[in-house]
Amino acid sequence: MSGSTLFERILDPANRANPYPLYAEMRKTPVARQEDGTYVVSTHAELARLISDPRISSDDLPDPRKFRWTGHPVTDLLVRPVRAEIRKRHRPFIFRDPPDHDRLRAQVMRCFTPERVRGMRDKTQRITDDLIGKMRGKGRIDLVDDFSYPLPVTVICELLGVPPEDEPRFHGWATQLATALEPNQRDDAETQARNEVCFNEIADYIRDLIKDKRKAPQEDILSDLATDRDGMNDYDLIATAVLLLVAGHETTVNLITNGMLTLLRFPGHLERLRAEPETAPRLIEELLRYEPPVHYRTRLALADIPVAGTTIPKDAPVILLLAAGSRDPLRFPDPDRFDPDRPDNRHLGFGGGLHYCVGAPLARIEAEVALVSLVRRLKGPSLVKDPPPYRPGASLRGPRHLPLALEGVADE
Amino acid sequence: MTARPERIVVVGASLAGLAAAHRLRERGFAGSLTLVGDEPHLPYDRPPLSKQVLRGLCTADTTLPRHPDLRAEFRLGRPATRLDPAARTVELGDGSRLPYDRLLIATGTRARPWPASEEAALDGVFTLRGRDDARRLGARLQAKPRRVVLVGGGFIGFEMASTCRDLRLPVTLLVRDAVPLAAALGPRLGGLVGEVAREKGVDLRLKTEIERMEAEGDRLAAVTLKDGERIETDCLVAAIGTLRNVEWLDGSGLEADAKGLRCDAFCRALLRDGSVAAGVFAAGDVARWPNPHDDDALVAVEHWGNARAQAETVADNMLAGDASAMRRHDHLPDFWSQQFGLTIKLVGLTEGADAFAVMHGSLEERRLVAAFGRDGRTIAAASIDSARWLPAYKAAIRERAPFPPIGDALDQTRIRVQDP
Ligand SMILES: Cc1cc2nc3c(=O)[nH]c(=O)nc-3n(C[C@H](O)[C@H](O)[C@H](O)COP(=O)(O)OP(=O)(O)OC[C@H]3O[C@@H](n4cnc5c(N)ncnc54)[C@H](O)[C@@H]3O)c2cc1C
Repeated sequence: MSGSTLFERILDPANRANPYPLYAEMRKTPVARQEDGTYVVSTHAELARLISDPRISSDDLPDPRKFRWTGHPVTDLLVRPVRAEIRKRHRPFIFRDPPDHDRLRAQVMRCFTPERVRGMRDKTQRITDDLIGKMRGKGRIDLVDDFSYPLPVTVICELLGVPPEDEPRFHGWATQLATALEPNQRDDAETQARNEVCFNEIADYIRDLIKDKRKAPQEDILSDLATDRDGMNDYDLIATAVLLLVAGHETTVNLITNGMLTLLRFPGHLERLRAEPETAPRLIEELLRYEPPVHYRTRLALADIPVAGTTIPKDAPVILLLAAGSRDPLRFPDPDRFDPDRPDNRHLGFGGGLHYCVGAPLARIEAEVALVSLVRRLKGPSLVKDPPPYRPGASLRGPRHLPLALEGVADE
Repeated sequence: MTARPERIVVVGASLAGLAAAHRLRERGFAGSLTLVGDEPHLPYDRPPLSKQVLRGLCTADTTLPRHPDLRAEFRLGRPATRLDPAARTVELGDGSRLPYDRLLIATGTRARPWPASEEAALDGVFTLRGRDDARRLGARLQAKPRRVVLVGGGFIGFEMASTCRDLRLPVTLLVRDAVPLAAALGPRLGGLVGEVAREKGVDLRLKTEIERMEAEGDRLAAVTLKDGERIETDCLVAAIGTLRNVEWLDGSGLEADAKGLRCDAFCRALLRDGSVAAGVFAAGDVARWPNPHDDDALVAVEHWGNARAQAETVADNMLAGDASAMRRHDHLPDFWSQQFGLTIKLVGLTEGADAFAVMHGSLEERRLVAAFGRDGRTIAAASIDSARWLPAYKAAIRERAPFPPIGDALDQTRIRVQDP
């Protein structure tokens, strides 16, 4: 991709390692029309406003054939398990509008009880300890493959109630889904076919799992959803389960990896976290602002929406460049500085409005346990390569690998 | 005004006072900072007092977090009694005198006492403003009074009624108006909340007033209403509004009365002749300022969010030097309340509204966003159990969008404009 427009350059994988200067350029036009009629919004005030505007739909996603920059592989992925004619009615709830969205989301929220989420802390710690234990004796690791990736997948399996013996298969599917999310892959017929197979497999698997859960419900989210009296139909259940799987780890991987990368770039903060683990929550909020896992989301305007002197016309796709808003100097003093002590840190890392991240409390716990344990136990970690290689995706942005050199691993 | 203040005094060590102190330090103010408070407590939070605290969910110790590096001197448990703006000093109840370069007046309001003082003094008659009130009242509720009588149809009365029902106490709520909460929410939404309260077992009486109280010894025993009905009770809470803490400003020349301390757009306190009192600012419940969202009509906003935002405006302006570098206080009032399982949020002020429309959801579902209009413009919006769209309406109010403001939206049925 030889970028001509600014947003094209943002999408260009060559700029993945540091898109922030491009975001600064982008913010000069808070609401920027692209040549294909897509509108990119990049400033905090305008984003905060549009993300909770009832004229912005998440459901009627723009046709990627018409709007080249809005290609939405995630949607394709998530709706593929169901047959085409019912696709539209059985999207997972992040791609739906009220009232269906509200109903499905409420059912999921009922399962994500604060007690259950808090209860995941010990399990997350156990999984973390296991993964770090396996790094013993290695002088070099890949944080992504050895840690940031397996951790959230294992957590989400546990939450959903995927039996431990099936976890390897789930990991396999998850990896396949992750590659499928990369935009360059999606035009390739072979990959498409492979994805299709993967989705059918996972859908079948979940369908069977739901049957088991109905017969013998257990203490997990799928059991709850499957036995909810005014519950979801099976299509919604499958779509929801796949969504929780994908959203539950694709983002957390990046949060943990970006977190470690940032700490290694600012060793003072790494030392501080080691010495004062109680500062972790604020540090993670700042990470969500400074290096968020989700950089943009695509929506559709249902009406003419005047904003910041521009009118976004009805039916135009809107790209909410959340990561640019979280570095807007009009909202955050000295925005390019990583400062966990920042007061009033109202970042857009978890989105906002109706679709504010359901998994936010869980993501916070996972990141906290992971980062505190890593800085405590890894001896002399250092970056082998900076910047590390990134996955090509611009929306769910994060390193594909994070090779680290270690001097050793401390005991628990 | 002196270019750089060295001594800043804050009178009123509560939400607004503390927020200003934080902001001053954040903005690099390195001089001396003194917070004077007549309550013996460090700054604490009031909203939980009528909600969680009475329910026993948390203690009355709702201390607000203080920045570890605040470096402020707290003079607690003594009131400021006199202000001399010419000499730039504040006198305290213990006779000491504090000189200042900048002064923040953040003395807030107090609960309006029950007008008949003998009745007000009875054991069993309460008001609720501070944490000591909450502690006493909480203890009384834990002791299971036979019936709680609440007087006043505002948010605090309703929140307390909700709490009493959670504690399974019989409760009668007396409201003088025909509809409760109408001043803030308008009759339709006020009526809705009243309906919910009734369903939850509140004995809600509209258009009633207390004629007199009966005592046994010094204890409250019953109240008689204007219509002659007698209700036995040993616990009554008067939530009948507030009075502004401005009496200590008598003789200072500042323009202060029951409506508040008058300020200009930069939150500088004004003297009776309309000129600015040098170095004196005000924030929070006590301040009355020209609201740019209402053609600069003078308002006092008794909400948590305003106290904080106004304190920050003031802190910035205190350090700004001269008026050309100051900023207007253009906060749009917003407010929340929780009661009977409902979360109610409000942005803007509904006063004077002549039009109302449910924008999302419906009154029947009791989940909705509604907008209020005046003269064809959008002036306020309220949500019940669905606040997610509210920021968009906030933007519409700021821009004084034509009413009704946002059409062609998701989950919107036909918009029908009606009386508020
Ligand atoms: C029970 C309760 C529930 C509430 N719930 C909500 C809610 O849900 N949402 C919402 O938006 N708002 C709510 N509020 C309102 C909110 O608490 C107030 O808007 C806020 O406290 C105002 O802050 P302030 O600092 O201006 O005034 P205050 O909090 O009133 O503080 C003023 C302080 O100054 C002291 N003082 C007075 N005179 C003097 C003097 N001469 N010398 C020294 N000190 C003096 C007072 O004793 C007091 O400590 C509630 C209030 C109460 C009482």
